[in-house]
Amino acid sequence: MKYKVILPTSVLVASLLFSGCGQKENAEAGQTPAAPTTTETSTTPPADFTVAVEQYRTFAVEQCDLFVKETEKFTNAVKSGKLEEAKKLYAPARSYYERIEPVAEALGDLDPNIDARVNDVDAADWRGFHRIEKALWEDNTTAGQEGYADQLLKDAQLLRAKIETIDIDASLMVTGAVELLNEVSSSKVTGEEELYSHTDLYDFAANVEGAYKIFEILKPELAKKDADLEKEIGERFDILQKELDTYKKGDGYVDYTELKDDEVRKLSQNLDALAEPLSNMGKILGV
Amino acid sequence: MSEHNQNSNDSILKKPMTRRDVLRLAGTGGLGLLLGGSAVGGMFAAESHRKTEAAKVPSASEDQVPFYGQHQAGIITPAQNFICFAAFDVTASGSNSLQKLFQSWTAAAAAMAEGKQVGEESSNHNLPPVDTGESVGLTPSRLTITFGAGPSLFDDRFGLASKRPPAFKDLPSFNGEQLEPQWCGGDIGVQVCADDMQVAFHAVRNLARIARGKAVLRWVQEGFQRSTQADPTGSTPRNLLGFKDGTVNPDVNSAQDMNKVVWARGNDGAAWMSGGSYMAVRRIRMRIEVWDRSSLKDQENTFGRYRASGAPLGAKNEFDPVDLSAKDEKGNPHIPADSHVALARGDGSIQILRRSYSYSGGIDLKTGQLDAGLLFISYQRDLFKQFVPMQQKLAKSDRLNEYILHVGSAVFACFPGASKGGYIGDTLF
Repeated sequence: MKYKVILPTSVLVASLLFSGCGQKENAEAGQTPAAPTTTETSTTPPADFTVAVEQYRTFAVEQCDLFVKETEKFTNAVKSGKLEEAKKLYAPARSYYERIEPVAEALGDLDPNIDARVNDVDAADWRGFHRIEKALWEDNTTAGQEGYADQLLKDAQLLRAKIETIDIDASLMVTGAVELLNEVSSSKVTGEEELYSHTDLYDFAANVEGAYKIFEILKPELAKKDADLEKEIGERFDILQKELDTYKKGDGYVDYTELKDDEVRKLSQNLDALAEPLSNMGKILGV
Repeated sequence: MSEHNQNSNDSILKKPMTRRDVLRLAGTGGLGLLLGGSAVGGMFAAESHRKTEAAKVPSASEDQVPFYGQHQAGIITPAQNFICFAAFDVTASGSNSLQKLFQSWTAAAAAMAEGKQVGEESSNHNLPPVDTGESVGLTPSRLTITFGAGPSLFDDRFGLASKRPPAFKDLPSFNGEQLEPQWCGGDIGVQVCADDMQVAFHAVRNLARIARGKAVLRWVQEGFQRSTQADPTGSTPRNLLGFKDGTVNPDVNSAQDMNKVVWARGNDGAAWMSGGSYMAVRRIRMRIEVWDRSSLKDQENTFGRYRASGAPLGAKNEFDPVDLSAKDEKGNPHIPADSHVALARGDGSIQILRRSYSYSGGIDLKTGQLDAGLLFISYQRDLFKQFVPMQQKLAKSDRLNEYILHVGSAVFACFPGASKGGYIGDTLF
């Protein structure tokens, strides 16, 4: 389901990313009314985002390095049959991925290979974190997961290699920030992402942190364009973060099943309250 | 019994409304106008006329209810075909944010009432559209948006405690009600009505979007009544129990009656409510399956009216006076003392302006039965002098209680209207 829903976005992001590749693709992007394109429709010279883009690339690469490192610890635990250790390493390792998810989603099959949930893909193709999650929590064993573990680490390393090639631009950053929060809205806040481990709040927090990083980098430019909007977004990040903090437990977060219905609703409403103004951050891109 | 059947059969053979009914209506002030929304001319139910009605596209001015004015629209406005009611809780702190919310809402509501989109549309492809878009190209559809403040808005959050009208508070509990929190209360109530459901939904959706970060939805209920297309004569609508509902309603065209029954005055206790009105909302579930197993006689004795004609038991026509003292040949009252009409009417001294809609909410997952009923809405000058005593009486002994269940409840102090340049709620802040 998830992939059916996000596919258009991925295609869109991909077309933006590679919009510099040829005239033909450029023209196609321009014909799609909803496509946030930075070319052709501009009337004022766009702001220079070279520094911002470099800052974000550095962040994405950093996260990706850590992702590979922590994933390796996790897959090693799985392969050596250390069930409890694997369970402990699962959610923290995923956090690095969740922070840069829109970037990964732009890389074709990598996202489903790493992050598909049951029913997202054909059963025969199901692999990655959630495949192993099911074994660890539902079957309570690491047995039979060695192959999936090896594949997962390989996919993570491939992501790290490919991330260097992504043509990041300000538009990807802006849409990516909203996309991260939409991820939370559609699966994390509902407890559907981590069906077996119930570690949804780790993903929730990581998605929000990823969005905040983008906001932080683009903040000076946004303050120039619309100071009220910049202030509003900042305040709403604070409100949401404070609320998330109340669910902290040790180095991580409480089990999703511990949340009461009204607590879930409040988290969701605060997320919506943030995502709405954040979706207007595109102002910095010009018309 | 035989007499009852005789009466029902008579009225089945008759046209839904006779010319005499219409003239009486015109005399008593156009109840049909209140409930049906069609012009008096449309009430002469000739087939040929029906055809011209259907072919006619309403002009922009006919299709538009002015938003600004002395009173808010949507109170004495003839009821539209659909309702989408939304109750909000305010999450922002401070009176300033609340004021800003009402200012933004007013601007959006005024635009939507004219059939326009919310906000200035930009062609910036990097931004989400300001308006959500599903009403593009649609007529205003007599959209009205009516705002009210719930008692909880007058707690200590916004410094409004001293502004709470003394006679405005949560309703007392009534016998037999089984209120569910998810259908109760709200800091702000917004009644959105239109002749098109998509237009009504669009309004609620955009108001909720504008409110993000300042207020959140608490509950939403959609409702309907028979449409003007389905009943061009504008006769009294039937509720989901099959009976005409709303036959007795005060005359919205009489300023005198409305001043007496509906509009609050400055010296009623709160100057800011002058020209406003107090709204009671009750989500009343109907036990449809049980009702459908009751005999016609039981059903008619429950309402105190004939199902077919809507006439009071023992009388001929819908608008015949309700005579509680009328007796049959055996000396028994035609209208049982515990019937709905007998209790609601009482001695006739208490009136409210009803503006209810039917609702259908899918099925009750526990029983598999239909979750359907009445979204009861009434407007009055004083809840505790009008709605409360009436409802207390009904809750205690109404025969109808066997078939209905009050599951939701809210009251709102609906602000006076705003003039251009002002905003809804400006008298409060």
